[in-house]
Amino acid sequence: MLDQLIQQLVWPIVYILCITLPLIVAVAMFVFWERKVIGWMHVRMGPNKIGPFGLLQAFADTIKLLLKEVILPTNASRFLYYLAPLLTLIPALAAWAVIPFSSRMVLSNANAGVLYLLAMTSMGVYGIILAGWASNSRYALLGAMRSAAQVISYELAMGLCLVCVLVLAGSLNLTDIVNAQAGSKGLFDWFWLPLLPVFVIYFISGVAETNRAPFDVAEGESEIVAGFHVEYSGSAFAIFFLAEYANMILVSFLASILFMGGWLSPFPATWGFIGHGGVLWLFIKAFVFSFMFLWFRASFPRYRYDQIMRLGWKVFIPIAIVWVLVAGCLKYFGLVSIGPGV
Amino acid sequence: MNPQLFQLICFYAFGVVTVASALAVISLRNTVHAVLALVLTFFSTACLWMLADAEFLALALIVVYVGAVMVLFLFVVMMLDIDQETMREGFVKFLPVGLIVAVVMLTEMLGLIGVRAMHAQLMGPNPASVAGVSNTAWLGHALYTQYLLPFEIAALILTVGVVAAVALTLRQRTDARHESASQQVRVNPRDRIRIVKMAAERPVGDAPAATQEPRP
Repeated sequence: MLDQLIQQLVWPIVYILCITLPLIVAVAMFVFWERKVIGWMHVRMGPNKIGPFGLLQAFADTIKLLLKEVILPTNASRFLYYLAPLLTLIPALAAWAVIPFSSRMVLSNANAGVLYLLAMTSMGVYGIILAGWASNSRYALLGAMRSAAQVISYELAMGLCLVCVLVLAGSLNLTDIVNAQAGSKGLFDWFWLPLLPVFVIYFISGVAETNRAPFDVAEGESEIVAGFHVEYSGSAFAIFFLAEYANMILVSFLASILFMGGWLSPFPATWGFIGHGGVLWLFIKAFVFSFMFLWFRASFPRYRYDQIMRLGWKVFIPIAIVWVLVAGCLKYFGLVSIGPGV
Repeated sequence: MNPQLFQLICFYAFGVVTVASALAVISLRNTVHAVLALVLTFFSTACLWMLADAEFLALALIVVYVGAVMVLFLFVVMMLDIDQETMREGFVKFLPVGLIVAVVMLTEMLGLIGVRAMHAQLMGPNPASVAGVSNTAWLGHALYTQYLLPFEIAALILTVGVVAAVALTLRQRTDARHESASQQVRVNPRDRIRIVKMAAERPVGDAPAATQEPRP
């Protein structure tokens, strides 16, 4: 009885903590890394005062935020105002349950893993909309409206990209999708090559879906101050921040898993030590993708709102639909090698 | 705790949440709260389906309804300026019609459940687990082989619905100014600006006199 309880309840909780706690620390270090990288790209130093190389800056910021007062605006909807940050954070963390870190390391090897991810990422937008509405502020409401329209538009393109991957891999299970990319040619067996346009669309949609620059009109500090979270302060704001960065890291991991072979090594298996797959390869790939988020932010000016809508609906979705057909043909005529093969 | 009992408790818990939130949808005064209650109804229904091993349908319900349709609902309800008083009047006026619809739906559902119960021995166990494949794989196989024609017809009807909705709401405004994105992309910078090459400094000799003002 007690053994069973430990088996079914305690170990999953330990595993969940093993994912979420490093994730939260990773978010803190990612924020620090972002400020450093953008500083270097602006020919500045970035944070360098607190701790060695400024490494403790992120923790100092977190402590500062947590100690500040959470202010409730006049006539705000109290319950929804406090619920909204949690509604963004919970899906952002829950989505990590199905991410496979290596062939054995996965919390839940669910059969419908990709669908679960779509469901979780699409629920994050509620937090943003409710934050905008419950704040009783014009700027926040405008930010929420923009965000809702943008996330729904780009989710369609993202979903069609995922369909291409599913057609080639023949499975909704993320571990199976990575295994389908294994092969003797290493790097050139991964799905980025047959699905190159879709891969690009997926990553750009991921940037748009997380409301990051150059698609950050939901915040748009030059027009609507800070968009949906303008009224939030202290720990409530910190939760929004945490959710946004956890989502960025999630999109980086997903791009690595779906198109870049996950934990597989880019070198052929015959090359000895570096030819073996491992969790380190996944981290390296995800790091490169998350670096690109920062690179975009430092490089591109913000898109105008109508341009964002045009890009999503008139460019990305048609290309993705055509590529679903192309992927079907590739699979049907056996032009792509699926699985370890020979 | 044995798994079956736990499953039963979960079923009742999700069921209670579903019914309670469905009641909240029609009884809450604030329309935004009512929409959120509807979201909760969809979500707990999805949980119930998940318990019944229909994982594809459950996740599709969340993706389509919770993730997209209800976001648009919320979007519209937030933009509307709804007068609560007129809403109350409508409630009393439409109550008889609503009751009739509800009673008809209830009898239909009871009839369906009765027919299903009679066929219970014919339906047998979950076909996906009998076939030994995942729910999604089984459903996909059934939809694209056995039920291909009904599936395609349903897709066609949905497409017609989308086209009809766009055709009904699309209006070309002649008084508004439109920008053609393709024209904007094709702009040649040389048509717009002229870059003049010139030295950064003038020679020392012909510096203008105005710059050499005496200091106070």
